[in-house]
Amino acid sequence: MGMTMTQKILAAHAGLDEVRAGQLINAKLDLVLANDITGPVSVRQFDKAGFTEVFDKSRIALVMDHFVPNKDIKSAEQCKECRTFAKRFDLDHFYDVGTMGIEHALLPEKGLVAAGEAVIGADSHTCTYGALGAFSTGVGSTDLCAGIATGQGWFKVPSAIQFYLTGELRPYVSGKDVILHIIGMIGVDGALYKSMEFTGPGVAALSMDDRFTIANMAIEAGGKNGIFPVDDKTIEYMVGRVHRDYKVYEADPDAEYEAVYEIDLSAIEPTVAFPHLPENARPISAVGDIPIDQVVIGSCTNGRISDMQAAAEILEGRRVHPDVRTIIIPATQEVYLECIRRGYVETFINAGCVVSTPTCGPCLGGYMGILAAGERCVSTTNRNFVGRMGHVDSEVYLASPAVAAASAIAGRIAAP
Amino acid sequence: MDVKGKAHKYGNDVDTDVIIPARYLNIADPAELAQHCMEDIDKDFRAKVSKGDVIVAGDNFGCGSSREHAPLVIKESGVGCVIATTFARIFYRNAINIGMPILECPEASRGIDDGDEVEIDFSTGEIRNVTKGETYTAVPFPDFIKRIIDAGGLLNSITR
Repeated sequence: MGMTMTQKILAAHAGLDEVRAGQLINAKLDLVLANDITGPVSVRQFDKAGFTEVFDKSRIALVMDHFVPNKDIKSAEQCKECRTFAKRFDLDHFYDVGTMGIEHALLPEKGLVAAGEAVIGADSHTCTYGALGAFSTGVGSTDLCAGIATGQGWFKVPSAIQFYLTGELRPYVSGKDVILHIIGMIGVDGALYKSMEFTGPGVAALSMDDRFTIANMAIEAGGKNGIFPVDDKTIEYMVGRVHRDYKVYEADPDAEYEAVYEIDLSAIEPTVAFPHLPENARPISAVGDIPIDQVVIGSCTNGRISDMQAAAEILEGRRVHPDVRTIIIPATQEVYLECIRRGYVETFINAGCVVSTPTCGPCLGGYMGILAAGERCVSTTNRNFVGRMGHVDSEVYLASPAVAAASAIAGRIAAP
Repeated sequence: MDVKGKAHKYGNDVDTDVIIPARYLNIADPAELAQHCMEDIDKDFRAKVSKGDVIVAGDNFGCGSSREHAPLVIKESGVGCVIATTFARIFYRNAINIGMPILECPEASRGIDDGDEVEIDFSTGEIRNVTKGETYTAVPFPDFIKRIIDAGGLLNSITR
C-alpha cells in the first residue's frame, strides 16, 4: 500500500521506510514556532520542567504578532517574557515590532519553511505551510515546549482526504472562496484528524497566495494539515528565500484516501460563510440583503500582497460606504512596504479606509476593530465563532478580499 | 470513583473562543483566567460549576484555536472530565498534555442530560449516569497516550 504525501514526509522525519494511518510516531522537527499568546505559556513550562537548553537556536521561531504593538500592560508583559527567552538562548528567529509580521505570512516569506519539512507551531493556523509542500500542524504550548527542548514531536499518522481540483477560477474568485466552498461541503469536522491533500490539474492555475489561503483554513474543517504538491510555482516562490537543501515528496499513485472529492474550480462563485461557523458557506448569489458596520481585510489567511491587490483594484477611485469602518492590515512589513510602493496605501486612505501595521488584532477580537453588540463585519479572516471579534451578539461573515472590498463600498454584503 | 459530579451539557462544535475568549489571553494567572471559562456560551457556568462536575458535549469539542488556555481553564474550574462524541485534535492533545481528563463516548454524550449525576472510573473507562441508572463505556486511550497520562503529562514523560 502506498503512502500519501503527508505520510511520506512523516515517515522520513521518523526515520521509517513506511508509516500507516493511525500509527503513533515520534518525528524530528525542522522548525518549531510560537507567538506572543502561546509562547509565554511554553516558556514558563520550559523552566518549570527544568529544561536548560534549546534543541537548536536556528530552528525556533518566536513571532510577536497577536497583540502587538502591545495593546495593554498584560500583553507587554507576555512579549517581554518571549523577548527575554529569545535573548537568553540567542534565538536566530525572534520577530518583534519593526521586523514582525503575522507568523504564517512571515515565515514562508523569510524562507523559514521549505518543501518536505516538518513544522509544528503553537498556533492552529500553522497548517498554512502545506502550500509549500511541507507537513505543518498546530499544537498547544506544552507540545511546543517539548519541541523547543527536544526538536521532536509525537504524531498519530493521519489518513487523508483528496481534493482533486480541475478547471480554473473565474475572475474575482480566489483561494478563499475555494476553501470556504470546501468547508461548506464537508463541515467544520469533515476532515477531523485527517490530511487534506489538494491535487489535480487545477492546482497549477492557483497562485501561491491562493494555496497559502487554502492550506491555512484546513484547520477550520478539523484537518491536521492541508498540503499541495510542489510545482514550478512553489519552486519559484522558494528561490531567493530558501537557502538550504530541501526535498520534494509526492504521494504514491496507490496511496489510500478515505474520500476523494473532485472540485471544478470554474464552478465556484465568490463565497461567504455566515455566522457562527465557517461551514455556513453560501454562494454570493444566495446571500441576500445583509447591511454591515465594518470590514476587515488582512490576517494570516488573506493579508498577502495579492489580497491587498484584489482590494486595491476594487477600491481605486471609490469611497467606502459612510456606515462601514474599513480596516486594512497588510500581514508583514514586506507586504506593507510593497503596498506603499504600488500606491495601494494611498488608494485605501483616499477610499476612506484605515491601514494598520501588521497584527492579528481584530481577527481574534484582540484589538484594532472590536465589534459592539448587534454589529456585523465582513472579514477576510478565518473564524466567525460567537464573540470572535467582540461582543457575543456581534456577527462575522467570512469572505475574500474582493468580496470584502465590494461590501465596504456597498454598505452590505456585495459581489465584487 | 475517580470523578463524581453534575453534568453540564452543551452541543456540537463548542469552540475554543467560547471556552476562553481571546480577549482574556493576555492573562497569565490560571485562576484569574478561569473566571472567564465558558463565558461566551454560558455566562452562568462559573457560578454553577462545582469540583468534580463533568462537561458533556457532542461532536468536535474544542475546535478552533490551539490555545492551551482552553483545557487549562476547564481544569482550573474544577471540572473532573470532559465527555464528548469527538474532540478537535489540538484540544485533544492539549488536554492530555496538561492532564485534563477527557473521554470520547458517543453513548454518554447522547444519554447524559444537563444536571444528571455522573460517576467515572478512568481505569475501566466506565461512565455511570446515576440519575438515569445507565452505564456507558468510553473509547480506551492507546498505550502511547496512556503512558503520557500516567507520567502526569507530556513534559514529565520526557524529563523522567
